[in-house]
Amino acid sequence: MRGLDLEYMLGLVPVIAGYIPLTLAIAALAMLLALVLAVALAVERVARVPVLDALVLLFISFFRGTPLLVQLFLFYYGLPQVLSFLTAIDGVTATIMGLTLHFAAYMAETIRAAITGVDRSQWEAAQSIGMTQVQMMSRVILPQAARTAAPTLVNYFIDMIKATSLAFTLGVTEMMGATQKEAAGSFLYFEAFLVAAVLYWIMVEALSQLQKRLETRLNKAYAR
Amino acid sequence: MIRIEGLTKRFGETTVLNNINLEIEDGERVVIIGPSGTGKSTLLRCVNFLDRPDAGRITVGAVTVDAAHSRKREILALRRATAMVFQNYGLFANKTALENIMEALVTVQKRPRQEAEQRARDILSETGLSDKADNYPASLSGGQQQRVGIGRAMAIGSELMLFDEPTSALDPEWVGEVLDLMRSVAQKRQTMLIVTHEMRFARDIADRVLFMDGGRIVEQGPPEQVFDAPQDARLKRFLSRVAG
Repeated sequence: MRGLDLEYMLGLVPVIAGYIPLTLAIAALAMLLALVLAVALAVERVARVPVLDALVLLFISFFRGTPLLVQLFLFYYGLPQVLSFLTAIDGVTATIMGLTLHFAAYMAETIRAAITGVDRSQWEAAQSIGMTQVQMMSRVILPQAARTAAPTLVNYFIDMIKATSLAFTLGVTEMMGATQKEAAGSFLYFEAFLVAAVLYWIMVEALSQLQKRLETRLNKAYAR
Repeated sequence: MIRIEGLTKRFGETTVLNNINLEIEDGERVVIIGPSGTGKSTLLRCVNFLDRPDAGRITVGAVTVDAAHSRKREILALRRATAMVFQNYGLFANKTALENIMEALVTVQKRPRQEAEQRARDILSETGLSDKADNYPASLSGGQQQRVGIGRAMAIGSELMLFDEPTSALDPEWVGEVLDLMRSVAQKRQTMLIVTHEMRFARDIADRVLFMDGGRIVEQGPPEQVFDAPQDARLKRFLSRVAG
């Protein structure tokens, strides 16, 4: 047993924290794209467009049914072999792609459930004033579904931030990759990964605070 | 002019509306009474295609929709020519009282925001709810919610206002204020088709009362005739029951 090398750890904090912006950028962009895709998938699941519905189900089934790491390898190492125009795909792009598709599959089901949960009276009122389907969704149904779905969606975002660490396996130097390099140089694996763990933890905790504020805001309309 | 021709609606094996024919003059106030489950609400909901009729034609002003070959665009036009007040209010839960009234004006009628807001504020003051403009439905009483619901329908300025048992879900203490507001709407010669169990109210404001039973209009006429000199045995039985 040996003591922790605290001085080494403190020196490592700014090095690893320097990659926080990259980690957050990957997660934020993937989350944004995943949200857009998930809403589209969810609306289709509710509307049940023939043929398209079967494809959407297949998509969701595949991306929920296979490990994220396998999907990332498939995109990064596999796809360029069959689609030659993808040879230029870099690790960050492949990560964003993988995270987007993987999490969109999960979030689609959350959003679909939230949409179905909006009271029937809201749909009928929207129809009765002559709204089109698009107007009804964007003005009435989705804003109300957002409130129900928000806590779960933020959880997925938290998951996504942690999942960016898999980008390391595609050769991207982000928080995890940087930690690995530092540890390999110093052999102080415990110290290095403890620093990384704490930094991830702090990011997620900060986000949980934002989550509380978001939920308060979304619940504003429903307070008695 | 509102014209309903050969309107038929089935739910599975049950025929809820059986070949209904009805004409309503501009400015006429028609009240539908009858036992529960006789198709009164379904008739209203078929007029704006919230329930899709199995057969029949609906004409509201310049819009005619035939159930046999209805197009999306026609149904939208029909809904825009009508306005509905729901039993359970159906206010948009994510919008304030003011926004609820503005919504159709801005989103559907594409009026300028400022003009829509002015109209909505005028209507709120007419409904006596100016101080509740920024309240969300969840913070309003049942009576206040229904008054906003009526305000939302008034704002549209439609050919025909449909009222689907607007006081049935209300605590007794709020019924009066909602009926009062409906009276003031009726005074403007707004064409109204009302389903209600409030017999005194029906007698007060109706130009014509329809009695429905078993998916048909069994008897109709001016309120004095329907209430004081009913002909059909079913109507007599119904009236003696509701008179309690």
